[in-house]
Amino acid sequence: MIILLIYVLLFIGAMIAYKFVSSFFRPSSDFTSLKTVTFGDESAVRANRAASIISIIAIFFIWSAFTGSSLIPSFLHAPGPFVGKANFTYEATLPSGDKDQGTVEAIVHPLSEKPETPSLGANAEDGFANDNIVTVGAWRSKLISSKTLIDSGVEAKITSVGGKSISPGETVNVGDIDVRMTSKGSLSVEPEKGWQMEAIWLPAPEAVVGRLIEISLHGYQNVTLFENLGWSLYRVILGFIAGCIVGIPLGYAMGLNDWFRGWFDPIVEFMRPVPPLALIPLIIIWFGIWETGKISLLFLAALWIMTIAARAGVSGVKISKVHAAYSLGASKRQIMSKVIVPNSLPEIFTGARVAMGVCWGTVVAAELVAAEKGAGKMIIAASKFQNTDIVIMGIILIGIIGYGIDILMRIAENWLVPWKGKG
Amino acid sequence: MSGLEIDNVSMRFELPDGGHVQALKNVSLDLKSGELLSVLGPSGCGKTTLLNIVAGFLAPTEGNIILNDKKVYGPGPERGMVFQQGALFEWMSVRKNVSFGPDMKGMPKKESDEIVDHLLDTVGLQDFKEKAVYELSGGMQQRVALARCLANDPDVILMDEPLGALDALTREKMQGLVLKLWKETGKTIILITHSVEEALLLGERLVVMAPRPGRIHKEYNLPFADLGVNADLREVKKHPDFSSKREEILTMIWDMEEEIMGRQE
Repeated sequence: MIILLIYVLLFIGAMIAYKFVSSFFRPSSDFTSLKTVTFGDESAVRANRAASIISIIAIFFIWSAFTGSSLIPSFLHAPGPFVGKANFTYEATLPSGDKDQGTVEAIVHPLSEKPETPSLGANAEDGFANDNIVTVGAWRSKLISSKTLIDSGVEAKITSVGGKSISPGETVNVGDIDVRMTSKGSLSVEPEKGWQMEAIWLPAPEAVVGRLIEISLHGYQNVTLFENLGWSLYRVILGFIAGCIVGIPLGYAMGLNDWFRGWFDPIVEFMRPVPPLALIPLIIIWFGIWETGKISLLFLAALWIMTIAARAGVSGVKISKVHAAYSLGASKRQIMSKVIVPNSLPEIFTGARVAMGVCWGTVVAAELVAAEKGAGKMIIAASKFQNTDIVIMGIILIGIIGYGIDILMRIAENWLVPWKGKG
Repeated sequence: MSGLEIDNVSMRFELPDGGHVQALKNVSLDLKSGELLSVLGPSGCGKTTLLNIVAGFLAPTEGNIILNDKKVYGPGPERGMVFQQGALFEWMSVRKNVSFGPDMKGMPKKESDEIVDHLLDTVGLQDFKEKAVYELSGGMQQRVALARCLANDPDVILMDEPLGALDALTREKMQGLVLKLWKETGKTIILITHSVEEALLLGERLVVMAPRPGRIHKEYNLPFADLGVNADLREVKKHPDFSSKREEILTMIWDMEEEIMGRQE
């Protein structure tokens, strides 16, 4: 909730600051700024690039602030877990009503350090309630058994901590630590956790970058990063190409012939809404967990999309173009190659972009289930060892590659079908 | 006999609900070689259906189309077609569009290049030869369409409102171009239009069609096309006969439209 609040404040603050600053710099005179009606005019809304950059910075800022990252100065960090020394007194009561007090000192250390437990000074402890010293890692807790606090053979029970009475199940706050009493009457020392995330939940950005460098140099579990990503891409490309080789001709046939259309319509329309991930169990049963299975899955993921795209491309040809070609003396074969195919290319490219996106998502999921190498395999293996930094690194790389594929497809589209949307 | 004969053509569309539409009934027209016929009529009178039958995209339920003593089956390169808009191939350059017909015939590149150069000169697009068609304005695109049709050297050119989507000024210029091309090439042309002025200016002969069922209502022989070949089209419009004919035909079509409306109520 705090993070959300900070995020909203950052959003609003950055917007106001940007408007304020930009009002000094740019005497707005472009066409959009001269429009008097902008609300509701979709064409007047273009992504504010400054906002995009600030948005990315904001994410890294919050990430850094809540992980105690060294990327930002420490005064911007969210309050971290308590580290240092704290002590509290407790009081134990005998059934007879006699009371005695003891002191517990807690040394809270960062998780990376492992201090020696200092020995208790030779203090003359007279009563039945003993002093104690414990070490606790930040974010962790430590149980102090009542047997170590109270002399053996004494039937005393701890009744108050830090001057406040306590009973089993209750928690008392004493300065920087919480003391909770277990159902058996022992004390659990829980230092304040603060707002920062433990590295095991969310590592700092520099830790992720460090992992990226380490893994790209030395690999993870004897597989290099390049190999992992390469295998995923290889599967996607192979499955996608197989899907195109079958799907595009099938789509053309469905667009041009009534028997094909009728025969495959129910199959295509049925398979289209089935998510490829739902096919994983069946694919594993049929083809096993290795390459054949994964590539068949990606083939199926791409197939229906490409079929439908090619069919739409053929159906979308303007009849006047076909008529024109016929009355210019073109044969059926020529109409196919000179009119129908080029006319359908923009649709096919749109389909290919969708199919590549779906395949990339599917391959990662399939590798999560079973794989020897691959981006998904890497993150699922890392998650089993709680290497959250590798998991996050993997997710970021998967996102970047997916985005990169889409950008490449768009560039190819602009280059190969410049007439898209201009017919 | 050389020429185009539309022989007693009827067209009846069966509707899925069991009814039918009589789009054309007993339409007969003879066109001499090199004649320019313009066809006018209220919407729904079957003008485009008639053109599609002549082009061979539709088979008439009765009657025949006879071109140069041969019965027409299906589309063919001897009947070129110019559409309203959007029938160019946007994946080809202007030059490729114009040479489409010769290329389909397998004409050697050298010959087809000559034809293309000549035609692009005629329509005034020599400088746009290598441009993509979607980079051209609407008027230029229609010039490409005309050149593409002529490149195939058809016997008959069928024009389905070729200037319908152009602005008034461009349209006037293009009317002049159509007349020029007609005179230069001596092609037989059937021009379908919604504009009475255009039909009067360009048509040597003018046919007014009536709807429900689509049929020929009245035929005129006009002098304006011949006048317009050598004169400014705006001068032709000042001709006293021109305005009286225009009023007469407008009233005629207006009455037909009224009648349709009345029948619907």
